[in-house]
Amino acid sequence: MTETNWNNNVEITPEIVKEHGLSDSEHKLMIKILGRNPSLTELGIFSVMWSEHCSYKSSKLHLKTLPTTAPWVIHGPGENAGVIDIGDNQAVIFKMESHNHPSYIEPYQGAATGVGGILRDVFTMGARPIANMNALRFGSPDHHKTRHLLSGVVEGIGGYGNCVGVPTVGGETNFHPSYDGNILVNAMTVGLADQDKIFLSAAAGVGNPVIYVGSKTGRDGIHGATMASAEFTEDSEEKRPTVQVGDPFTEKLLIEACLELMSTDMVVAIQDMGAAGLTSSSVEMASGGGVGFALNLDMVPQREEGMTPYEMMLSESQERMLVVLKPDRVEEAKEIFVRWDLDFAVIGEIAGDGNLTLSWKGDIVADIPTQPLADNSPEYDRPWIKTQAPATIDPNDVASPNDLGETLIKMIASANLSSRAWIWQQYDNQVMADTIQMPGGDAAVVRVHGTDKALAISTDCTPRYCYADPFEGGKQAVAETWRNITSVGATPLAITDCLNFGNPERPDIMGQFVGAIDGLREACSILEYPVVSGNVSLYNETNGTGIHPTPAIGGVGLMEDSSKMVKIAPKDEGDVIILVGESKGHIGCSQYLSIIEGREEGAPPPIDLMLEKKNGNFVRKHIINGNINACHDISDGGIFIALAEMAMASHKGMDISLNNNSIPVHTYGYGEDQARYIISTTALEVDQIIADAEQSGVKVERIGVVRGEELMIEDCFSIPVNELLDAHASWMPNYMSNEA
Amino acid sequence: MKSAVMTFPASNCDRDMYDALEKITGKVPHKIWHQDTEIPPVDLIALPGGFSFGDYLRCGAMAARSPAIKQVLAHAQRGGNVIGICNGFQVLTEMGLLPGALMRNRSLKFVCKTVNLKVENANTTYTSAYHENQNIEIPVAHHDGNYFADDETLTRIEDNGQVVFRYVDKGGEVSKDANPNGSQHNIAGITNERGNILGMMPHPERFIEDIQGGTDGRGFFESIINSLN
Repeated sequence: MTETNWNNNVEITPEIVKEHGLSDSEHKLMIKILGRNPSLTELGIFSVMWSEHCSYKSSKLHLKTLPTTAPWVIHGPGENAGVIDIGDNQAVIFKMESHNHPSYIEPYQGAATGVGGILRDVFTMGARPIANMNALRFGSPDHHKTRHLLSGVVEGIGGYGNCVGVPTVGGETNFHPSYDGNILVNAMTVGLADQDKIFLSAAAGVGNPVIYVGSKTGRDGIHGATMASAEFTEDSEEKRPTVQVGDPFTEKLLIEACLELMSTDMVVAIQDMGAAGLTSSSVEMASGGGVGFALNLDMVPQREEGMTPYEMMLSESQERMLVVLKPDRVEEAKEIFVRWDLDFAVIGEIAGDGNLTLSWKGDIVADIPTQPLADNSPEYDRPWIKTQAPATIDPNDVASPNDLGETLIKMIASANLSSRAWIWQQYDNQVMADTIQMPGGDAAVVRVHGTDKALAISTDCTPRYCYADPFEGGKQAVAETWRNITSVGATPLAITDCLNFGNPERPDIMGQFVGAIDGLREACSILEYPVVSGNVSLYNETNGTGIHPTPAIGGVGLMEDSSKMVKIAPKDEGDVIILVGESKGHIGCSQYLSIIEGREEGAPPPIDLMLEKKNGNFVRKHIINGNINACHDISDGGIFIALAEMAMASHKGMDISLNNNSIPVHTYGYGEDQARYIISTTALEVDQIIADAEQSGVKVERIGVVRGEELMIEDCFSIPVNELLDAHASWMPNYMSNEA
Repeated sequence: MKSAVMTFPASNCDRDMYDALEKITGKVPHKIWHQDTEIPPVDLIALPGGFSFGDYLRCGAMAARSPAIKQVLAHAQRGGNVIGICNGFQVLTEMGLLPGALMRNRSLKFVCKTVNLKVENANTTYTSAYHENQNIEIPVAHHDGNYFADDETLTRIEDNGQVVFRYVDKGGEVSKDANPNGSQHNIAGITNERGNILGMMPHPERFIEDIQGGTDGRGFFESIINSLN
């Protein structure tokens, strides 16, 4: 074997190495690992494996500090997705992942393949996907691309998720100019598996066959992982060909065929081909199991003629999986995939030498030791500077509005607080017939099929808090999912994190990242709410301007008895409204300040995690005991917005009288102090709740009753609920029909 | 009553239909795979919702040419009962078992929400447990539910009482706002002339328990039991 036999006879010049995004030191390390100069195919493999996207080289030093264990955690980070125990031999498998750059370039396909990719991460472990969620950030509504991007992303998510028959049960959508040139599309899948049927990717058994199943390999998506690891520039539009194209029909067949295969005992290991396609799947499976892979690329099902080994290894064609089977089970497995009309090809076998060896047309075109490739991937301790937290704004320094009622209408009809029905009505949120809390509540809730159990899921992050103070913002993102899951009556168990930041080579951006991780760590530890999976998306910048730091959190919680679940809508006339938690009128970084005063200033509300825990556990206990018939956490927009949302959800009015004498009413009503809830209960049970709160040291205030058809807040305003509903519902449809 | 649920590649409401039939009829339905050439003797065949063959061609067009469809046709011609929900309705129109066609929604967007339906004809195999003009709530979730037929056909199916369900508002009025997809005459579900075949876009199988948000779908299955037992 000589180098001149290797593919394309391309000479590997320093320019070619640079084009592949490898630094000088990475180039040297590659040569050291190989003991010679690489072939072009090998260079491609190194470049994607060591890209930021696949190697986490800037982030892993910090990610290692996150809490990842708890008695209910079965598999934490490191597998395709996190796995937690929900009892009865059942496990929940979930993860959130970004697909930001592709979605900006080609919103429909970018978002669609984001959903497809995260579904595969979950079902490759043996889980049937039962719920999809998402967290979306767009630029300013005034930006000329926002309508097009929003429309395409929502259609892409729906187009994929609806076809595969997994309900898209919730999510969040924000608008902010920091995303004008770099939107965020974070997709999450939650799946259900039996604990004794969980599949991992580590390959084993020298001589075992390596099987390729799913769609054929084409030239789409080559270098997708590298694109996700670089900043955007003016010419990013030219990267459109690197965006993959999704085929949800094939994905649906692949889900059914793989789950059928995994219900047998034929599978040794299985891995989806995600970012960096055949390269990352084979390297991860081989290095994870301490074995080698000998693959014959001539056997790879190909969509186009004349594909080179380089193209095949770097293609990110969708809907493909790699499976290691037990010996002598190939025909049995093939029968399943043929029945589902999917490609099935034996493309190689497990080798004992630990190398990834690729043959093509009789030549060896790559021969890489996988352990050093995976284990020696670069790890950087990037320089960072701490973000200076801004000063806290005194509530007395914010002028009061002329008309609090007009203010409320303006707030609920704003881009960031208006109804998202226009979005979620494009998602099938009920297929599988287990969705028991639809979008529009605090957390989505799906039943565990055939049982009384249910899962509550919420995705949250408040990027404006994270920008002002990454540490408090990181804490808040975790705490808000915990609170939303609590609000429906579920016990929060674990999170997945999708960390979207700018260029880590800039110390200020790296400082945001480090600060947010510190916040996540503290919140996860105190709330006993570990990180079990996640994804890091860096270089979210366009022409040197970074996005707001956005550590999106997806939380999952469990209800043992789904019949105890509550929603945000109070039930009956005469029910009593109670405010849980302390209101200090924290107005810095608030929606009020942004929408009404056009200011984005001040420190975000501080998060007292012990208080979160105390108040949340109190609320959850009373939901499970059946003492509370509605509950809503207080977040964006404070008490007034929370009350308006409850009134709108129930189509019922409320008479509210606030117990506030010391704080200006607009900052009291719109302040965003944390660890708060509004609950509703019957007149019979109110005394019991208040007595228990006193005993537990939880601050509660009886603030009113459900009554009539107007939201009446004493000394502030009285607005018909129908008027609120119209204002809330109209912004997005009007905006999208170009009338805003 | 014996029933069977068909699965085409990328059917995705087959399990929901199967579960609803099992829960309400108390009997385990048969499963039919689209390539089956024989179907066991049953009283009812259900074509479920989903995206058969990806709906990359006209919705339901590929499924309507599946091997198992020959048996469905034979069953229908013998007077056997067939229901098609959502994608199943599209398949039935593609098979020619029901008149008209289902075009892309007027909004050109997928729509998923709970709608109100008026039971226009309570004197059918599929609606006898409801009362005439009853206003029921059932979810829809589709991209192509915009019912279209030529004027002559519309007149005929209206005159024959073949229009079984119509989209209405909460007050029971037929209005443009209550129509989620642009269907002519707000048509949500129809039968054939003989009354043994029904197609509808809304999903009764999704609304059979309180916890799902409503139970108005039960009447649909209870009607079938009443008629076929």
